[in-house]
Order: sequence, then C-alpha cells, then structure tokens
Amino acid sequence: MNSTIRIFASVCLLLAFATQMLPQTPQKDSAKSDSTPSPPPGPGGTSSPNANPFPSTYKPFPSRTTLIRNVTIMTAAGPSIANGSVLLRDGKIAAVGTSIAAPADAVVIDGTGKYVTPGIIDVHSHIGDYPAPGVDANSDGNEATNPVTANVWAEHSVWPQDPQFPRALAGGVTTMQILPGSANLIGGRSVVVKVVPSRTVQGMKFPGAKYGLKMACGENPKRVYAQRGPSTRMGNVAGYRAAWIQAEAYRRKWDAWNLSHKGDPPTRDLGLETLAEVLRGNILVHNHCYRADEMAQMIDIANEFGYKIRAFHHTVEGYKIADLLKANGIGAAEWADWGGFKMEANDSIKANLAITDAVGARTMIHSDSALGAQRLNQEVAKAMYAGRAAGINVTEDQAIKWLTFNPAWALGLDDKIGSIEVGKNADVVLWSGNPFSIYSKPERVWIDGALMFDRSDPKEKWRTDFELGTVKEDN
Amino acid sequence: MRKLFLSIALLIILATTALSQTIAITGGKVYPVTRPPIANGTVLIRDGVIVAVGANVNVPASAQRIDATGKIVTPGLINSITTVGLVEIGQVRETNDAAAKGNNNIAAAFKVWDGLNPASSVFAPTRAEGVTTVIITPRGGLVSGQAAAIDLANGQRSDGIRRSPVAMIAQIDDSQSAGTNSRGELMGKLRALFDDVKFYMAHRLDYDRAATKALSAPAADLEALIPVVQGRMPIMIDADRVDEIDAALALARDYNLKLMISGGAEAWLAADRLAAAHVPVLTGAMNNIPDSFARLNQRQETAAMLRRAGVQVVLVGNGDGDEARFNARNIKYEAGNAVAYGMNYDDALRAVTLTPAEVFGLSDRVG
Repeated sequence: MNSTIRIFASVCLLLAFATQMLPQTPQKDSAKSDSTPSPPPGPGGTSSPNANPFPSTYKPFPSRTTLIRNVTIMTAAGPSIANGSVLLRDGKIAAVGTSIAAPADAVVIDGTGKYVTPGIIDVHSHIGDYPAPGVDANSDGNEATNPVTANVWAEHSVWPQDPQFPRALAGGVTTMQILPGSANLIGGRSVVVKVVPSRTVQGMKFPGAKYGLKMACGENPKRVYAQRGPSTRMGNVAGYRAAWIQAEAYRRKWDAWNLSHKGDPPTRDLGLETLAEVLRGNILVHNHCYRADEMAQMIDIANEFGYKIRAFHHTVEGYKIADLLKANGIGAAEWADWGGFKMEANDSIKANLAITDAVGARTMIHSDSALGAQRLNQEVAKAMYAGRAAGINVTEDQAIKWLTFNPAWALGLDDKIGSIEVGKNADVVLWSGNPFSIYSKPERVWIDGALMFDRSDPKEKWRTDFELGTVKEDN
Repeated sequence: MRKLFLSIALLIILATTALSQTIAITGGKVYPVTRPPIANGTVLIRDGVIVAVGANVNVPASAQRIDATGKIVTPGLINSITTVGLVEIGQVRETNDAAAKGNNNIAAAFKVWDGLNPASSVFAPTRAEGVTTVIITPRGGLVSGQAAAIDLANGQRSDGIRRSPVAMIAQIDDSQSAGTNSRGELMGKLRALFDDVKFYMAHRLDYDRAATKALSAPAADLEALIPVVQGRMPIMIDADRVDEIDAALALARDYNLKLMISGGAEAWLAADRLAAAHVPVLTGAMNNIPDSFARLNQRQETAAMLRRAGVQVVLVGNGDGDEARFNARNIKYEAGNAVAYGMNYDDALRAVTLTPAEVFGLSDRVG
C-alpha cells in the first residue's frame, strides 16, 4: 500500500502546521529588569516582575469564508433556528439567521438534516498531562510531593503530541481547560488551550484566557498524604487556610511595594504569587469537590479570605446544595452518571445537572476523561433525559448550554466562545444529526473559522508524532 | 433514535416477582432478536416465562395488560463483564470481592459468586436501565477464577444465580499481574499449567499418594481446570495486542480450549483468524485511544468489523472502569455507539442479548 506516502503526507501536513506557527512576532520582553514601574495586572500577576512568562503564540489556522445553510442551529444563546444559516468570516461568526446570501468567495455547505452547535468546551481535562499511552514516563498530572503545590503550572506538563487531542477535536471539543490532578489540596495552575496541532503548548494556549487554580476536597489529598498529613478532612481544611493566610500576607507585601517601589522588591515565591493572584481576582478557582457539606465549607473558606470559587468540579452532590451554589454565583461542573467509585461519590444521581440547573446554579457537563471528552454531547443527552424522567422539563435549548455556553462562562470566556452569535469566535461543529442522538457524530469542526476536522477527508486527519509509524493509518 | 433507545420499555421479567401472574405487553414494537421485529406486537408472560410472542396473540382476560404503544420491547439486556454485587464501592476495600489471592497468581478454584452480595445497591439502578442479567467475572492474576451468570434479583444469593460456572477467566496481556516478567514467560507459565492439568488427570492416584513431580498449582485449581482442557467449560482470555490474540488462538488449538477473547483492542487485525476458529470476542465500541502499548490500534469500529468478518461479538464496556460496576447499567450505550461506528442495529441488539446468552450457555432462558 501507499502507507509510506501517506505517512509522508501526514508529516508534510504537520510541517505545514508547524511553519504556520513559525513567524511569531517576538513577544514584548515585559521587563526582565526589576525596575519596571508597574507591571500590568493579569495572568502571572502584579506580584511578579513578569506577568506572562509563557505567552500564547497561538495564531488561527488559515480559514475561508464559509456559509453553512439549511441547517438546524443550536445557538446556546436562545431558541434553535430551523433551516438556518451561519456565516463564518475572518475567524468570527459574521451572520446567523434564516436566510443569508452567500458571499462570492464563500465555501457553501448544505446542512440539510444536520445540526450546528458551538464548539464544545471541556472545563476539566487532563489530556496532555496524562497522555496516551499511559506510561509512567508520561505521567505528569499530579505533583504529589506536597499537599500545596500552587507553584506548579499544568502547561509545563502538557505534551502537545498526546494522541488524545485529535480525538477530542473529532468529538467536537474546541477549547479545554487542562488541570493538575487532585492529589493536592492546592494542585497548581490550569491552562486553557485550543484543541489544535502545535509543536508547543504555547501554540495552543487560548490568547487572553485567565488561568485557573485547581483545588481539591476530600478523599484524594487525605489518602495521598495519609502518612505526613493531612490525613483527615479537618486536616485538609487547616491546610487550605494556612495557605491562604500566607497568600494574604504575601499579597499585602507586594501590593505595598508596587505602590511605593521603596527598597528591594520582596522575594518572589511562585506558589504565593499564584495564590495572591486568586485573591486579586485574576485567577479563577476550580475546586474538585464531591460532597455537599464539604462544598459548603469551601464556600466559607473562600468568604473568610475574600476570594471567589468560580466552579466546583465533579459536584456529585450538587443537587443537595444547588441553592447555595446559586446564591454564591458558583458554577457546577458535573458528570452525567459517574459515581460509586469511592465513598464521596456514592450519592450520585442522574438528575444532578437537571436539578442544579432548575434551581438556578450555572450548570455544565465536564469530562475528566479523554474518552468522555469525545462524547460530551452524549453525556449531556443522558443528563437531559434523566432530568425529564425526574419530572424536570429540560429543553434541548437549555441542555446545549451545559455543553458550550456555561463552560465558556466558567473559563471567563463567554464573551468570546460558547454560543453561535455574531461577533463570537467561529468555533463551530457541524453534526451529522441531532447532537443529542447517540448516532450523530461531528462531521466538521472549525476553530476561529479554520476547518480543523473533516470526517470525510481522512488524508487531512491530524495525527500526532507519536502515532506516526505506531498507530495504523486506517485506524 | 437515541430517544427511542432511552425510552425502551424496561420490562424486568424476574421469576421471583412474576410468579403466578399472567402479563401481556401489548402495542409495542417487539424485538424478539431471533426473528425480525414485530410492529404492534404482543408478548405474553405466564409464571415468569414468555409463552407467546407475535402480532396476533390471544390475551386472556385475567392477564395484567401493559400498554407499550409507541415503545420498544426487547429482551432484558445482558452485560457480560461485570463486578456487580462483587464491588459495591470501588475504593472501599472491604466491599471488594472480585479478586482472589490465589496461589502463584492462579486462582482457578475461585468461585466468584460465593462472594456475591445479593443485597447490592447496584442491582436496582442497573435493572432500571434494562439490564436483567450480568456475568460476574473475577479479576486479577493469570487465571482469575470462575465466572457466573446472575439475574439482577435482590433476595438470597441462590435466587439470582442463573448459571455457575459459565466460564474460566484468565488474562495474557499483563505479565506483571501473572507473576511473570514478560509475555513469553507468561505464556510458558500458562502452558505449563495446562500440561500439569493433563498430567494430573492421568496420574491422579499417584498425585494423591504424593508420588508425582511437583505441579504448578494445588489440586483444587487443577481440578477446576479439568473441564477447561476438556473443552467443556469456556475460557475467556483477556488479550489486546494482536499477537496476544494470536497466542491465545494457538493455545486454544494446542489444548482444545473453548476460547473466548475479552478486551480485544486489536482484534480487528485478527478478524479472519477469529472467525475461522469460531472464537467469540467480547469488546466495546467506546474506546479509540492508544492508551497502552498493547492497545495502540484500539478503535470504535472493532465490533462492526469483527461482525462483518463473521465473528460472534458480545458488546461489553471498555471505557473508564466503572462500566463494570456502578455503570454496568450503561451497556446500551456500547450498543448505540457500535451502531454509530458501523454495526447494524440488529447485530448490536443481539450483541447485548442473544449472543451473550448463547456463548455463556443461557439461551434456553434469557437473551
């Protein structure tokens, strides 16, 4: 067979991607010198001389003006549009409606019988830091050497050649948050990436996305640190509080120095720098937490130190405290039906998403799994039907928000992605049928208007370096 | 179609609850599996047994009628690799009864159903999703032990055991678990074990007098393996890499084993050999990740490709782990995804009903 040729073609494709990435404008060297007057706030922080030491080098892939018409559009911003059209131009959604004239230069796609949704956003992924194959040499998701490792950044573990990235893209995922694992009370910074081929993680980083901070409740930290502590839930809580006390002192010291610039700047501490940025509101807290009572305690800790929890993840008992989540403006990132694998996951119910949503908490699906990430539409469908079975009339227009818009909010990116609205990034999935059918699959996926996945064109399939010569071409 | 799949009339026909009753399910689309679907069909059940299926069934006046208009009626689903009732909560050690300590990583005498908890809280939610029978399978080691078929009836243990044993369970894709250091050593250990079973059968009296060479397993394990080497009891061997599958086929040829393959990540690359050897494969349709070096060519089309090649396919979970216990209820999603990746609808339904019933010797009563 011509497999050699095809491998070669794939390599060329990768090189094409690679060269696409090459001409980068040199990042402004944001002041390596300590004399910089006042560094801009934002990722990295005002307690740091360099607010953004690992800047995004992402550039959208080449795109063509594209009109998809005669298609059902689930906008995640309002009612679905039957027989609709959506125009993608210059990386943005340029028009949405029932009749849009095709610009002369547009690729026109007939979507009869098909559906369009926003690109799926997975707020809880370990793709890249727990890559496939799952060998020890690549196991980079948990810095399980100290219960508080606010100093680590997930992006420094992300392997862009993880074969799980292209598979997530083929499942319609266009943006994901990659988090450190849950061994630690405070696990470190997350990174938000676009699901695109790149030689470097910097080339995947979502420009302008805020960092997240991973925190974890309950069984995992106390199990991992049983010997040295914390070994109990009360030990866990003492651990969080001790870290925030340090962080608050650090923030005050740096904020004062940034005002006065008197004397030497305080000594930097990578972990406290991150925590101080949480206290300043520049980093979003994503808190792995199963049990209702523990979530209530985490909310009190956040109030004690004056930070906000953006979203609880896993939130298996979210349905028990949906009112608390709503009152505190905290998102609930949930599975459709995971449970029973440990004590704190024992009260899992399938109507969880429907209930937290009905009560008014910002509800979303999440995967925590490179398999689940490929079928988040099916997971939402399960949760939607489970809600209906429990007597909650979840509409498809509501459920689609669990898949796209609410996760965009959790990442602080709902002004850019998560819905089909004019002016938003053209992150779009064309489905073979209703995405809430188990038989439907993404046919094409665009990111920033560029066609990144086309099921009908296997030659253009994104294959990672690891797969070349290892995984069969026709697989 | 997903809606349809989710709204299947979940009719749990359990002997314990249906005794002395006549029930007629009418008006639904009936999938007998053994023959084409019947629109507006009737299923008549008496004393826990299906007594009539068809478009024109006389329903006795005394029968309890269940109107299935607009719904689908299927046999109860079978999930063929589970630890339902053996593992209540994965990470709570004292609720785990799926793995024997064994002897030198061999636990052939281990009857996994002796540890079944018939009060398991997992039964009811699994039933509620249409699963009426599960195979409970032992885990770990080289030879893990004996599996049984369980009806999901809470009650006394004996109420639920439909058939035991239904298969011997072994694995050849993890040499460490087998107490060896390489695949070659593992295969040698397995062959030596089967040789010893045959030796034991031929020299039982000498063995009892302690007048034989040392054998690689205690008498109880050798005894348990006799029906396996006689080809009477199936042996289900977990194998993923295509050469592991070929090694299992060679083993089966050499020892006349009634082989089934589970795992089967790369089974599509051996589809012709599996078909020729009439070896059923238990695999899933929801994993396409090269998540280990033995599963580099894992794909979602495997079940469909095997079926097309003429292999008997049983769909089981091959995803994130919980598909064997808490989410054993999700077996229908394997079938749905198998269809999405090329299997025809009737084959997918058969792969979670009649085919597992056939390969585990249950088709006289379920499937």
